[in-house]
Amino acid sequence: MKAIGNYTTRELAMKANDIRESVIKMLLEAGSGHTAGPLGMADVFTALYFDLLKHDPKNPDWPERDRLVLSNGHINPVLYATMAHAGYFPLEELQTLRKFGSRLQGHPHRDFLPMLENSSGPLGSGLSQAVGMAIADRIDNGIANPRYIYALLSDGEHDEGNTWEAIMLAGKEKLRNLIAIVDRNNIQIDGYTEDVMPLNDLAKKWEAFNWHVQEIDGHNIEEIIDALHRAKAVFEKPSAIIARTIPGKGVHEFERKFEWHGKAPNKEEAKMALDELRTLEGKIKSEHK
Amino acid sequence: MNINNMLNPKLKINTKIFNDDVEQVPIRKGFGEGLVLAGESNKDIVALCADLTESTQMHFFKDKFPERFIEVGVAEQNLATVASGMAAMGKYPFFSSYAMFSPGRNWEQIRTTLAYNDRKAVIVGSHAGVSVGPDGGTHQAIEDIALMRVLPRMTVLSPCDAIQAKKITLALSANPTLAYLRLAREKTPVITTEDTPLEIGKGQILYRPEGIAHVAIIATGALVANALRAAKDLEEKKHIKVIVVNIHTIKPLDEELIIKVAKEAKAVVTVEEHQIVGGLGGAVAECLAKSAPTPIEFIGVQDQFGQSGTPKELIEHYGMGRDAIEQAVLKLIERKV
Repeated sequence: MKAIGNYTTRELAMKANDIRESVIKMLLEAGSGHTAGPLGMADVFTALYFDLLKHDPKNPDWPERDRLVLSNGHINPVLYATMAHAGYFPLEELQTLRKFGSRLQGHPHRDFLPMLENSSGPLGSGLSQAVGMAIADRIDNGIANPRYIYALLSDGEHDEGNTWEAIMLAGKEKLRNLIAIVDRNNIQIDGYTEDVMPLNDLAKKWEAFNWHVQEIDGHNIEEIIDALHRAKAVFEKPSAIIARTIPGKGVHEFERKFEWHGKAPNKEEAKMALDELRTLEGKIKSEHK
Repeated sequence: MNINNMLNPKLKINTKIFNDDVEQVPIRKGFGEGLVLAGESNKDIVALCADLTESTQMHFFKDKFPERFIEVGVAEQNLATVASGMAAMGKYPFFSSYAMFSPGRNWEQIRTTLAYNDRKAVIVGSHAGVSVGPDGGTHQAIEDIALMRVLPRMTVLSPCDAIQAKKITLALSANPTLAYLRLAREKTPVITTEDTPLEIGKGQILYRPEGIAHVAIIATGALVANALRAAKDLEEKKHIKVIVVNIHTIKPLDEELIIKVAKEAKAVVTVEEHQIVGGLGGAVAECLAKSAPTPIEFIGVQDQFGQSGTPKELIEHYGMGRDAIEQAVLKLIERKV
């Protein structure tokens, strides 16, 4: 068994599964929200929070921490669930998602949860904020600075001009301390990305703007971690990782269906999903003995 | 009668303000000079521009602190959001473009990534108002005050001259806050002096005749000079006593001062180079309707777009010249009776 960081691959796969269970439970309790994206990104979030990120859940204001900017704020169930599993706040709090007075707003809001790096929701602005952070950090700490700024964005938000403005500026500025991870799940609200607004070969597009680009399987935790280490070794450019993911990953009924982009499971659907995830847990345990 | 005696002595106003040869400087230039001084005293200040560095007078800062200047290209959405990211790392960004494009084009980014996200930065909107002139209506921002005033956490600043723009820039640098700083392109009479005090949030009675005033003019930005000249003219020709208040901070509004002058004069004219909807006039009307209902005349653009012309032609055409202000005062005096 391969050990990565403080956790083995098997332990990380189990974490991702736990996070998916939490996502289903919190969406059921909330009665609304986004299902497909959070399930699809659970492995990437696990790799970041349990292996790659320099962070301290007990000291979220730690100045030396890496920064993680979530651009497509609507997938925040996976952000909140991962943060809770990492120890930022109690797991029980996940059940307050989208409720009045909750710290877990429908889209992330720093007023309510100051440990977030940014408030987000409206698409297309997260990468720019990460670019600003990377430029500011380079001004203060130079190019050999060991801190990284991670931007997580969706494929759908490449429809936004603001995203391309950020891609251009980061390429111009050669921001080696910036790593963008694109959730390439091929869906958005109105349908498949290639029907709504064809994105074609995203890797080639990013490369054309002077980024180092890797395309990976966004569900293979070892591959995610390897890719991020390679990205850190690139010194002359910013790095983009196009993570190919399956929307709704882990629950057969939700997988690859854009209808699950923006709705929450009902009681029966949630039970079916949790049963399947628990079966998956057994499989992970047996496969990674 | 020495008209200069009516200028508020506490404010050390330029005594040549009514002379034909009064010094004229673009308001934006005061910002450009102020930003360099601010950059010297506050090392967290960074500047970003969207391909209008000299027009917005940021080139002074760029020349002095090249490592703290970011050129983002013609990309105003990115301008605001990159500034937000820099603010998240402890910087105090000033970002500039024409007001029509920032905050005109990037309003949602300003709302979400700066105001809602609780980040401190200064949106510097140059070339505001119809006095941009020949470029025409596409480039004449006359909605920007309304766009910024409606945002929670936003301070809205509209200096009356270059010296005041410099002082406001320095005041922001000393006490960082999220703010919109509105600047104009054209040369504007210098009303204040280096000795004129400035406090963000506090209006200034620039001009006050002896005795009880008939009308109070509440003005902002480049048109404050026109308001002063209208007041002088009315005093000299018709013995009408007019107070002139300069509101350089439209939000938070100095309600105490506005209520005070409104209660004294019982008639108010608001003057701004902006749509009369949602700007200074709207802010004053909201304040007075709530606390001291008073007849108001609104000088500003009357729900129209701008066009090409010289600044003077356009100010006259859209009813914001000295004559229009005087007419508004006379109309109010009739309404009062």
